Amino acid sequence: MGELKVIGAWASPFAIRPRIALTLKSIEYEYIEENLRAKSDLLLKSNPVHKKVPVLLHGDRPICESLVILQYIDEQWTTGPSILPSDPYDRAIARFWAAYVDDKFFPALAGILKAQNEEAKAEALGQVKAGLELLEKALKDCGKEGVFYGGEGIGYVDIAFGSYLGWVRAVESMGEVKLLDEDKTPGLVGWAERFCSHEAVKDVMPETEKLIEFAKKLFSKPT
Amino acid sequence: MSKNDEVILLDFWASPFAMRVKIALAEKGIKFEAREEDIMAGKSELLLNSNPLHKKVPVLLHYGKPICESAIIVSYIDEVWPFPALLPTCYYARAQARFWADFVDKKVGFHPYYSETFLNLLPTCYYARTQARFWADFVDKKLFDGGCGIWRNNGDALELGKKEFIEILQVLEGALGGDFFGGDNFGFVDTIAIPHASWFYAYEQFGGFKVEDACPKLSAWIERCLKRDSVAKSLPDPSKVYEFLCMFRKMNGLD
Repeated sequence: MGELKVIGAWASPFAIRPRIALTLKSIEYEYIEENLRAKSDLLLKSNPVHKKVPVLLHGDRPICESLVILQYIDEQWTTGPSILPSDPYDRAIARFWAAYVDDKFFPALAGILKAQNEEAKAEALGQVKAGLELLEKALKDCGKEGVFYGGEGIGYVDIAFGSYLGWVRAVESMGEVKLLDEDKTPGLVGWAERFCSHEAVKDVMPETEKLIEFAKKLFSKPT
Repeated sequence: MSKNDEVILLDFWASPFAMRVKIALAEKGIKFEAREEDIMAGKSELLLNSNPLHKKVPVLLHYGKPICESAIIVSYIDEVWPFPALLPTCYYARAQARFWADFVDKKVGFHPYYSETFLNLLPTCYYARTQARFWADFVDKKLFDGGCGIWRNNGDALELGKKEFIEILQVLEGALGGDFFGGDNFGFVDTIAIPHASWFYAYEQFGGFKVEDACPKLSAWIERCLKRDSVAKSLPDPSKVYEFLCMFRKMNGLD
């Protein structure tokens, strides 16, 4: 079928998702780092609709949108751990939480950094904390003593939500806020440690310090 | 799972997201009870309990278990009741492949071309499923909000909204694989996208344009979909949607 390439950007939480999934399944691929300020012909040709990373290139076929890519990887390579559960109801729940983190949680998280004043920051912070409490409960409801959302191994929701952890830590440092809290979200604190130190994650999760430097440049106001 | 399972849909007549679910259930011949939410009177207990996070329709209750988010519900329906398939399914592709391999065996004798064809059907299928998910995601992210850019606006903002909406339609039109998004057969992307067409008449009235002029291929696809029973009975009269949106515009001082 052809070789595998992932076009990504080191700071993008979306771009690390296919890399985690491929490593989980022990599938080799070539990684291509994209400069998002000067997008390559390859990216523009492979994702003409959105012009965004990540893109998975399987031979000459591009697959775009990180959650769509995860499902493709899971269907295409069935040896190795499954990413989505096998039961249709459990799959619907997994897709629900992945959609939630992308549609609601991440914009609120970014909102903390983008906030122009204390009021806006407090509102965004409130939304993020409320979201984390929901995600804490969802982890408990998954059973398996909350090891991972996917059970004993990492699954779809772990990859979708976990890919944001670098940014969660960066926001905690820059915003001088505590998001993952031993008191309010003890399950998530343990889960975050386990996820970030997982074999399939630790080499692709960006370093918090680097993200902070990057964010400072991204969100600095021009004088 | 049988077609007589207990299936309840929490519904709102004008919601394109709820229409997607109705089409999917009708395509599969599944009996269901639609419970209309009265959005003016306030949301029902059942809705608030079933979808506490988003508090929105549609919600599918399958023997009481709630499934939320319309595209996720359609995927669930496709997985629980696999026939006829909405997403291209590898079982079907495999069955087709076996049929033709068997035909070849019996009629033509072994030929290496056919075994390659057999092998190629499987990867093609996963890719087709992926492309379907990609375009359903595009519709989710762009189409409804694009339309809001028209009916929620006036003057210059409306004109800009109209321009952006037509661009979105043109990109979508480019994805048409044949008679339908997946090719010859009505499928997943068609189910996700066609409900939005019930709002197009309203956009055309507010924006002073015709979808048929800007996107004739897409317009032809709409006509084709409307001929299907599952679609015809799941979509409301576009003039009723127009009346409904006129009321919203009046309430918000736009007209």
